[in-house]
Amino acid sequence: MADERIKQVSKLRRAMIRPELGAIAGAILVFVFFLMIAGDSGMFGPKGIQNWTVVSAQFAIIAVGASLLMIAGEFDLSVGSMIGFAGIVIAILSVQWGWPVWAAIIVAFVICVALGALNGFLVIKTGLPSFIVTLAFLYILRGMTIWLSITTTQKTIIGGVKSAAEGDWLAPLFGGTILKGLFQWFADIGMIDTFTRGSRMGQPVVEGVPMLVVWALGLIIFGQWLLTKTRFGNWIFAAGGDAQAARYVGVPVNRVKMLMFMFTAFTATVFATAQVMEFGSAAADRGLLKEFEAIICVVIGGALLTGGYGSVVGAALGALIFGVVQQGLFFSGAESSLFRVFLGTILILAVILNTYIRRLITGER
Amino acid sequence: MTAPLIEMQDIEKHFGAVIALGGVSFDVLPGECHCLLGDNGAGKSTFIKTMSGVHKPSKGTILFEGKEMRFDSPRDSMNAGIATVYQDLAMIPLMSVARNFWMGNEPIKKFGPISIMDFKKANEVTMSEMKKMGINLREPGQAVGTLSGGERQTVAIARAVYFGAKLLILDEPTSALGVRQTANVLANIDKVRAQGIAVVFITHNVRHAMAVGDRFTVLNRGKTLGTAKRGEITPEELQDMMAGGQELATLEGSLGGTV
Repeated sequence: MADERIKQVSKLRRAMIRPELGAIAGAILVFVFFLMIAGDSGMFGPKGIQNWTVVSAQFAIIAVGASLLMIAGEFDLSVGSMIGFAGIVIAILSVQWGWPVWAAIIVAFVICVALGALNGFLVIKTGLPSFIVTLAFLYILRGMTIWLSITTTQKTIIGGVKSAAEGDWLAPLFGGTILKGLFQWFADIGMIDTFTRGSRMGQPVVEGVPMLVVWALGLIIFGQWLLTKTRFGNWIFAAGGDAQAARYVGVPVNRVKMLMFMFTAFTATVFATAQVMEFGSAAADRGLLKEFEAIICVVIGGALLTGGYGSVVGAALGALIFGVVQQGLFFSGAESSLFRVFLGTILILAVILNTYIRRLITGER
Repeated sequence: MTAPLIEMQDIEKHFGAVIALGGVSFDVLPGECHCLLGDNGAGKSTFIKTMSGVHKPSKGTILFEGKEMRFDSPRDSMNAGIATVYQDLAMIPLMSVARNFWMGNEPIKKFGPISIMDFKKANEVTMSEMKKMGINLREPGQAVGTLSGGERQTVAIARAVYFGAKLLILDEPTSALGVRQTANVLANIDKVRAQGIAVVFITHNVRHAMAVGDRFTVLNRGKTLGTAKRGEITPEELQDMMAGGQELATLEGSLGGTV
């Protein structure tokens, strides 16, 4: 065959040419940029790092779900509404009905994952684009959330979750921090500043690693492992790459898609639960536009909108870029409306670069 | 005479009021290449889809290795040993050759309750199977999109053979290929047949059929026009049967016999 026409590819080039390359380049660019313009603003001090890490982790949690779903060839536009819905469910059950918080959290997870399955079921059974089906759920769930909240409490914000969660065994899994001892030690040796006044005098300004960050890392590692190392991962690629071809060789495409819708709903509920535990309240308008932000992270991360190609690590880097830009503009004192301008620009640049890289890898013409 | 591997008896397939197949009988012997010819719309695709479990026949019986079979899904026919390579749906271009090769049959390594894909095995087997078919891959992680059309068909054929197909159905494997690639695919069909695998080769190109076929069956408007053995029929006769005779004869004259 046409051996003489296959060029040898150098190791370096092979290591470079990967789906995440655009996102890696973008992340470096963003860090260099903010080191230059906001390097002395405290953005890269302990408190500042915690600030943008938490924001990035929030994006990363939903981006992991969205990326696997997108690689499997589907969208979920109801993620944002699902976040609001899950939060209100937890708050109503625990504060209004007086359920233990752990039970409220578990019920919220069950309902939301079932809603994810319903999304998947409708997409598979009707053959309609998931864009349309989940767009419907964007409205249905948001409307339900506001209605539930108003009919039970006459308010759209339900507070008091924090006191309800006092002493609960499950709530700290979403709202707590870990490695407190380590951070106290960092403070003792002077690596982290301590509070000099007030009731928390002597304690470090960053008390530990928030569970939100732990969840994000856990989901990223799980997602990347699932996608690249397992048989199921191969099915995810196949389902999104060409569902019919995959069916013909016996890949259970419908099951794969269904499970990915459920996993996306799961990540949205993780996001919602962590947010409710952090704020101590739920609000009916939480999660607005999150579905698009998740999709932007995924696309910056090198995934193909039509499915069959992408990376979980890439999506996580997309989330990091998103978080750093959002908080960095705040630290640098820039007009906050510029955030969207900046983001749009990064989106375009990353996608152009990603398209070029993908063509190199896959031989698309 | 050896017993046929698969026997399709009086297969009928109706889609609502449309009779796509009106009683087609067809059989394939082990180690033979049986060409199924016919013009567009003759029912070739519908017919092979009943063989590969995509469609259930409205009437008629399928005997595979002498036993009557009812295929409810492509999976069923695959488990029986029937592999189908579709023209456009053979491979997923965005995925690597190794991932495509093992798609649906991924090798597994178990660590307690956790199982991961055995990439070492997947890569080694893919490379060696490709080599047998005359394709030198740069690396198993190479995307299928970087391969030519003929190479993609070859990967699909190699995959089917590796996973123990007894009957290989090829749906127009050469219709979109150039001369050299066609020759490669035809040579690979010959190789596969030599291993004792039965091949059903669907095409509307008489010359491609004549190059490898042992028997030829022509379909027209949902019916067979008969089966002929190699040497009993000329390419011109086949061509005429496919086109339904007369009109083409005049057209062919004006084109100088190039159809």
